[in-house]
Amino acid sequence: MTGIGFRERGALLAGRAAGEAARRLGRGGGTALPGLVAGTLAPRLIERFAAQLGYGAITVTGTNGKTTTSHLLTNTARAAGLQPLTNRSGSNLERGIASTFVDAATPAGTLPDASSRLGVFELDEAVWPLLLPRLKPRAAVFLNLFRDQLDRYGEVDSVAEGWERALAAYASPIALVLNVDDPSVALLGESARNEVVGFGIEDRGVALIEAEHASDARFCRCGATFRYDAVFMGHVGLWRCPGCARARTVPVVAARDVRLGADETRFTLCVGERGAEVAIPFAGLYSVYNALACAAGAHALGLPLEATVRALAESGPAFGRQERFEVDGRHVRLLLAKNPTGMNEVLRTLLANTEPLTLLALLNDGIQDGQDVSWIYDADIERIAGRVVTLIAGGDRADDMALRCALAGFEPVVAERDIERALDAAIARTPAGGRVEVMTTYTAMLAVRAILARRTGAQPYWEEQA
Amino acid sequence: MTRPPARAVRIVTLYPEVMNVYADRGNLFAVQARCSRLGIGCEVLPIGIGDSLPVEADLVLIGGGQDREQRRIALDLLAKGPVLRDWADADTAMLAVCGGFQLFGDFYRTAQGEELPGVRVFDAITVTPAPGAPRCIGDVLADAAIPEVGELVGFENHGGRTYLGPRGVPLARVRYGYGNNGDDGTEGAVYHEAIGTYLHGSLLPKNPALLDRLSFAALRHRYGADATFESFRDEYAERAHHAAADVARSRGRRNV
Repeated sequence: MTGIGFRERGALLAGRAAGEAARRLGRGGGTALPGLVAGTLAPRLIERFAAQLGYGAITVTGTNGKTTTSHLLTNTARAAGLQPLTNRSGSNLERGIASTFVDAATPAGTLPDASSRLGVFELDEAVWPLLLPRLKPRAAVFLNLFRDQLDRYGEVDSVAEGWERALAAYASPIALVLNVDDPSVALLGESARNEVVGFGIEDRGVALIEAEHASDARFCRCGATFRYDAVFMGHVGLWRCPGCARARTVPVVAARDVRLGADETRFTLCVGERGAEVAIPFAGLYSVYNALACAAGAHALGLPLEATVRALAESGPAFGRQERFEVDGRHVRLLLAKNPTGMNEVLRTLLANTEPLTLLALLNDGIQDGQDVSWIYDADIERIAGRVVTLIAGGDRADDMALRCALAGFEPVVAERDIERALDAAIARTPAGGRVEVMTTYTAMLAVRAILARRTGAQPYWEEQA
Repeated sequence: MTRPPARAVRIVTLYPEVMNVYADRGNLFAVQARCSRLGIGCEVLPIGIGDSLPVEADLVLIGGGQDREQRRIALDLLAKGPVLRDWADADTAMLAVCGGFQLFGDFYRTAQGEELPGVRVFDAITVTPAPGAPRCIGDVLADAAIPEVGELVGFENHGGRTYLGPRGVPLARVRYGYGNNGDDGTEGAVYHEAIGTYLHGSLLPKNPALLDRLSFAALRHRYGADATFESFRDEYAERAHHAAADVARSRGRRNV
């Protein structure tokens, strides 16, 4: 068998001890520490464990939708009778992957039930190139590429170049699961060496009437400006290049007849010649893309369509992504928005709800949120100016959010940096039975979710804090 | 484009489709809001590649972009250079941020060593250091050289280093952050009513004194040098300014 050596076994034990200590002390970092310790002691740990996965691995990367797509794929694998091994939400750097293996392994250094194991790994877009040759996945899902945390990732172009270079240098077979509607992702399929499974939306009825301000892929490789027959979000849509032959291709996995509701979304899922009616318990067109990415990934792995359909219908929300809580008789829904396109999609989702709206807008400026809060000006907040009845701004940069909204034409009733006090202010201003929508950046989501979990007795999670 | 009211100030936004990475449209929103409180309308003319400039303008805005985008607009901008320089000499208000600021100097040498010629509104050059040198990224707190503007806050993210020439006048001295080059403590440039800077965040919404200065310059250009305008206190802007200043003081790079 492809077990691990003496050095790795020692590293494994050290990593587990560190993780248990962190958890016992009740501190964050319980998901990252085991991998950090073990990975330092045995640098080839990830390769050794990845090779043990009987069904290989699939990676999920891109700016928006990684956690939800991985969550859906994990449930699909389970519905297909496999035993998925997946990293926890937020732990999508090298040490998070190492931790996942360390936690799953026996003390002897083998993965239990290795023959039925499928790895489903959410990877940070900047880390994906480094982990490709180490995980050797059978398939790689690329969701989209938007401007996001420019202070951390550098410019958008450099992320796409990193993917491209890694693929060019990689010789093993891999199926590329690509969003054909996003040109910066779709063009990864140009190197014909790899099998490509495209996914996309085939329904012009859900296109935007007006293009959004935040559009991050305007130019083709040939230099011409892309033209769009329909825009679904940002620079994602039915694109073609007037300067060369490049154009969006018809996807193998497609959503037709999309119906967007306030809390759920219905569409016809087409996989090749087959079709299935799907209802997913998530709102927003971005949720359709996540579901399509899951279906296309499952298709690339050869999992049955029935397993996908069941997983899509039955999966609850992933951590902090459209999770709902009931507090003091009010419904509280968490909507993660950490970049302009993500925020635009959340705003569009809010518009699908016709009830009077209480919006708690939380803006933090930690490293994981992006220290540069400029991006809120690139989101089209004006879109909901006529719809928000009560606006509460919260988080470290509550004042920036308040100013942004005031410039968009609706003033907050409260701007409060303390997240718990901001939450209480929102609840107090919402009638019983009403709903508080929480639009939040990443670390503010961790904070508000912890408060909601404490008050409702919901299950706490470990999310990587570093 | 909506039809401007009888009293309107004319704003030219240069390449808004291309040069907009760091929320530069927030600056436009802020000017529009300020004018609207004064009962003055704004006529906004977006000018793209190949479009010609209008006969005159009161305010010119240009934002930031990646190298690829700068390369794309550089030649078109160069052709507009003589008009832009004439406007600047005639006290048209201008705000050039980040990548736009770089191209409002003499030239910008990119990471690939390519030299993009600028329009020379400011006596400044921008060069990109050898590979491996870090980008200048972080919170900025600076003291404006223009007395009534006072303290400036913003966020910078640039690879190029800008050096002012003998006729170059800095906009501010950096207290926290890198500024033009991380060495000489200068940030931005001023020429007549034109301002160049690396600060975004967005800049004008949370620096109300600079917003006044730039808006009033644009309004004087339209209504005459003797015209005076009322200044307003904006609680949201002041609070956001102080929040950004606190952040720069707590985690910004200290300039020594």
